[in-house]
Amino acid sequence: MKSMRAMNVSQPRRIRIANGQGFWGDSVDAPVRLVEEGPLDYLTLDYLAEVTMSILQKQKRRDPARGYATDFVQLIDRILPSLRTKGIKVVANAGGVNPSACRQALVEVAEEHQARGLKIGTVTGDDILDRLEELIASGVGFENMDDGRPITDVLDRIVSANVYIDSFAIAEALARGADIVISGRTTDPGLVLSPLIAEYGWKQDQWSLLAAGTVGGHVVECGAQCTGGNFSRWWEVDGWDRLGYPVLEFAENGEFIVTKHDGTGGLVSVDTVSEQLLYEMGNPKAYLTPDCVVDFTSIQLAQDGKDRVRVSGIRGGEATGTFKVSIAYLEGYKATGQLTVSGPDAVAKAKVCADALWGRLERAGFTYEKTITELVGLDSCHGQIPGPPPDVHEVVLRVGVKDGDRAKVDRFGKELAPLVTSGPPGITGFAGGRPKATEVLGYWPSLIPKDRIVTHVDVEEVQ
Amino acid sequence: MKTLPLYALAHARSGDKGDGSNVGVIAYDQTSFAILREFLTPLKVKEHFSGIVFGEVRRFELPNLMALNFLLGESLGGSGSASLKTDAQGKTHGMAMLRMEIEVPDDYEPPEAGTAGSMAPDGELGGA
Repeated sequence: MKSMRAMNVSQPRRIRIANGQGFWGDSVDAPVRLVEEGPLDYLTLDYLAEVTMSILQKQKRRDPARGYATDFVQLIDRILPSLRTKGIKVVANAGGVNPSACRQALVEVAEEHQARGLKIGTVTGDDILDRLEELIASGVGFENMDDGRPITDVLDRIVSANVYIDSFAIAEALARGADIVISGRTTDPGLVLSPLIAEYGWKQDQWSLLAAGTVGGHVVECGAQCTGGNFSRWWEVDGWDRLGYPVLEFAENGEFIVTKHDGTGGLVSVDTVSEQLLYEMGNPKAYLTPDCVVDFTSIQLAQDGKDRVRVSGIRGGEATGTFKVSIAYLEGYKATGQLTVSGPDAVAKAKVCADALWGRLERAGFTYEKTITELVGLDSCHGQIPGPPPDVHEVVLRVGVKDGDRAKVDRFGKELAPLVTSGPPGITGFAGGRPKATEVLGYWPSLIPKDRIVTHVDVEEVQ
Repeated sequence: MKTLPLYALAHARSGDKGDGSNVGVIAYDQTSFAILREFLTPLKVKEHFSGIVFGEVRRFELPNLMALNFLLGESLGGSGSASLKTDAQGKTHGMAMLRMEIEVPDDYEPPEAGTAGSMAPDGELGGA
């Protein structure tokens, strides 16, 4: 014990934060393993993408008790005893567009586990769907950030509208003792930044510290994408079946280590972390968040032992005066379908099929806003890369349409199956019924002055 | 001069960015970074992605990571769920970038990371 104490004196305090969910649909076991397989102070879980918000909004319209990430409640049911024993806190944007329903479901799970005294924090205020008219009437323009169009172009078709709120509201919930915090639309890196604000008391104008927390969040926001997942030199990654999810060890001065738990698969190196730093990057000198502006050209990486990368030197600047708003609107309908075409002459026969399909639809009087014809196995991902075409034994013909008219899109779906008997020989793989029209959601990125958004923090104890 | 595939000099990652994608290209050493800074112009990248990229290609430098970040405009066939493409999020654009042929000086030797087990053009593992 004496040596342990001595270590604690020489080693500065480090907060361990792991991300166990990169998106809704990521591994259901990863967060369980993070809790069980090594030390941890905070577990973050990112469930929300832009498309997720609109799906949740539609669920909530059908049933007022839905509209949140149900996977999250099932997960807490699995890990709650360990969270309590080990004192691990959880930060998740699982609230979606209905954080109060999510909290209610969570309370029921906590009561089943007799988790008396468990404190659940809820952060709201990001969902402005019901406030849009009021905000527009009071002068918020919601012009499209990309092309400047006025919001009136889509106002009657809006499905969801959420503000990316800053990290201080979640931090307040944690500071008030919450063991589990659920929010709606926060930034993904903010899930990591908020516990650091709560633990270290970082202030709203300590831009470089806020930037460091944001970079940490950016590195882990896609789960295993910094621990070997998606790595270019994939053959150097071991243990894909037990891939470790990322753990950050954060110091008060903003320096941190990216690592994973001992005994897990994967790889944490300067190269795997570099790749993730560049993921979904725009201008690296001005990475904008509601909390700060990060300069990614300031980041220094160094290997610090096996599966450990030290991150330092991060500089940040003053946050802008606006929040980003993500609005989704109904843009039309689409359907895609596919047939498998075997050789010989797979590519030539697939092209005959495609010409026949589009020709038949045109003769029947159907043309579309947008169509696609892909030969999966030949050119669907990389297009025509220079060089001789590969000799493929079979290809998948993938076709699709998009249009504002749902009936036309459904009609397209009826033209695929006939090709199996009325096209060239050796065509198969038509299964699962006719492709049906699904809704296409368009995104409307916009800005709103920060003073128009009020966040609410609520912390309640389970009885 | 001789040519080598980009994957002998660098590694990469890509993802979606609005109605386009981004590709981060990270050189394995300073010599390779200097070559790529010179050679990998937005124009050459746009040519390489002909049939995929229909908008502007913009380039940013991150010397601290020996990296170049490219924004490929209008490369997803529509943003959000409007795209009909298999790769609607540009997930494969990084790998496509690494297949680009790069002109290098005759005496250039690729760094170890680029040769230790490089991807052969047919996608199989080559090297040691």
